[in-house]
Amino acid sequence: MSAVLDILASVGMWEAVLRIATPFILGTLGVLLCERVGVLNLGIEGIMTFGAMIGWLTVYSGGSLWAGLAAAALCGAMFGLLHASMTVNLGLSQHVTGLGITLFASSFSYYVFRLAVPTSTSPPTVEPFRPLAIPGLSDIPFLGPVLFNQTAPTYLALALVVVLAWVLYRTPLGLAIRMTGENPHAVDAQGIDPIWLRIGTIMAGSALMGLAGAFLTLAAFNSFFPTMVQGRGWICIALVVFALWRPGRALIGAILFAFFDAFQLRLQTVVDGVPYQLFLMLPYLLSILALVVMARKARVPQALMQPYRRGER
Amino acid sequence: MRFERREQSSVALTVMAPVAAILAALVMAGVLIAIAGANAFEAYGLILRGAFGSRLGITETLTRATPLILTGLAAAVAFRARLWNIGGEGQLYMGALAITAFGLLPGIAGAPAPVAILACLIVGALAGAALLLGPVFLKLRFGVDEVVTTLLLNFVAILFVSMMIEGPLRDPLAFGWPQSVPVPDAALLPQLVERSRLHAGLLIALLLAVAVWWVQSRTVFGMHSRATGLNARAAAFAGVPLGRTLAMVACLSGGLAGLAGAIEVMGVKGYVTTDLSPSFGYSGIVIAMLANLNPIGVIGAALFSAVMFVGADSMSRALGIPSYIADVTVALSLLTMLVALFLTQYRIRR
Repeated sequence: MSAVLDILASVGMWEAVLRIATPFILGTLGVLLCERVGVLNLGIEGIMTFGAMIGWLTVYSGGSLWAGLAAAALCGAMFGLLHASMTVNLGLSQHVTGLGITLFASSFSYYVFRLAVPTSTSPPTVEPFRPLAIPGLSDIPFLGPVLFNQTAPTYLALALVVVLAWVLYRTPLGLAIRMTGENPHAVDAQGIDPIWLRIGTIMAGSALMGLAGAFLTLAAFNSFFPTMVQGRGWICIALVVFALWRPGRALIGAILFAFFDAFQLRLQTVVDGVPYQLFLMLPYLLSILALVVMARKARVPQALMQPYRRGER
Repeated sequence: MRFERREQSSVALTVMAPVAAILAALVMAGVLIAIAGANAFEAYGLILRGAFGSRLGITETLTRATPLILTGLAAAVAFRARLWNIGGEGQLYMGALAITAFGLLPGIAGAPAPVAILACLIVGALAGAALLLGPVFLKLRFGVDEVVTTLLLNFVAILFVSMMIEGPLRDPLAFGWPQSVPVPDAALLPQLVERSRLHAGLLIALLLAVAVWWVQSRTVFGMHSRATGLNARAAAFAGVPLGRTLAMVACLSGGLAGLAGAIEVMGVKGYVTTDLSPSFGYSGIVIAMLANLNPIGVIGAALFSAVMFVGADSMSRALGIPSYIADVTVALSLLTMLVALFLTQYRIRR
């Protein structure tokens, strides 16, 4: 019991929480944007994989870390454009298109990775983002290292939560985005083209998913290997339901989730006789539990998964 | 440019859609091969020769197609009823794991082969179905979207397999490798061709494809499941028991995926490891879509994927192109198939 309390009192664990939460924050914001405009983007798992790969490859072939992040965001946006042209312009099944993009983006990542690194037993590493201590604030006992000694992309993710909440709830653009997810006909009647709005928003959301992937290779780990995303994208989809499609709650959900993840990792080392796989299952089971608890409360965007064609219905 | 719905889509167009989709995917993958510095025509030639050029190639392709037919059927029956079962991979592993545990029962190893095989097939199917019934229950009872729950359960299932084969089901004779106890000899499927891995599982898969076609097109349950997929609300209004239909679809779909795992173990591997399936479950989704959810079409689509996977391995050795090109091509064909199906229903107008 005291070992468990030791874990909870350790700075190391709480420091890890924000680090683990970062890809979930970015990915959840990405899914949230897409769904708020009325489109389910199941491409996230593959877009994260591609972002992780291209971010790593950019840095590995001599680019800067920020160039790696930019490349991941750009490629994410391109996959978003592919998703949007199929689901928005053609109105194809969002489930199948998203899964297709996930399968394509992940196998394409592995293909490019294998071309760049034909044979290797241990994946080549890059120099990742270092923690950036904020002068003054990082000296606060306990809270300092936990909140103010993170890597730059983590601060970026936190800033994006604020920016996104502001855009969605305080700007005309945000109103149009939210309205398109509820009733694209009404948006069209206001003289705003819901088709272009959807395309642009999906691209922005997918760029965030690419960033989420790049965080894995450029800050959390320092190399790329196949299957490294490990269902994080699917968990983001569950987190959006948990967040009731709100950016602030998405942040809370991601942090809560990361807390359990960091906690179970450390619990593994002190609890004997329990197979480690049971701990590893927890994140997935927790996501399912979150879905069950929130399903009743969830107020899904009304036009989610409904393609819009002018003049139809 | 705008799209206009066709009055009726012709049979020829519908049949041509997968062919056009696969050709388009091959062209796009060909560009990727060319970028990697090889001749795409040579690469495809080598893929075909690898898959068909020798006795070993042909039997390997058919062996590879067997689980793909089953996972393809699993996705096809579920999608037909608009049950988004993306959990084929996990259900496959549960089916595989269940029969190794079942084989430990004293009665099974001593039973005559037909009895042991039949019992194992049933157990494998039940285990796969059980894993899908959970998400379907959550969908019906709490309105939880089954896409995410089935996806997440894939990871849980593989971790569970890992836990069991490092724990109670570990093979003590495997020198520390995490692999399960072998299935008893009585439950192994007979070989179809001497000196090859091709086994009777292929016949089971083909029979099941016909059986699924019959169930879907000739029974009340089949009609109910199609009606549920077309318009669940209207179906319910017309008296289709939605809950029962979806539960039965789940049993069928999960059962088929579970069988894929059981048959792969009983026919090829003999035991379970966590790399039993090179994502057969996910490929099943592509195969179902390429077949336009038609159970007989699944056979052809599964063969296409098997040719790509088996052929790409030998092509990769000869040309140095990563064998992931097979995965890329198969995934691309899913996207092109969606567009091709769209074009069978709409025509483009300026």
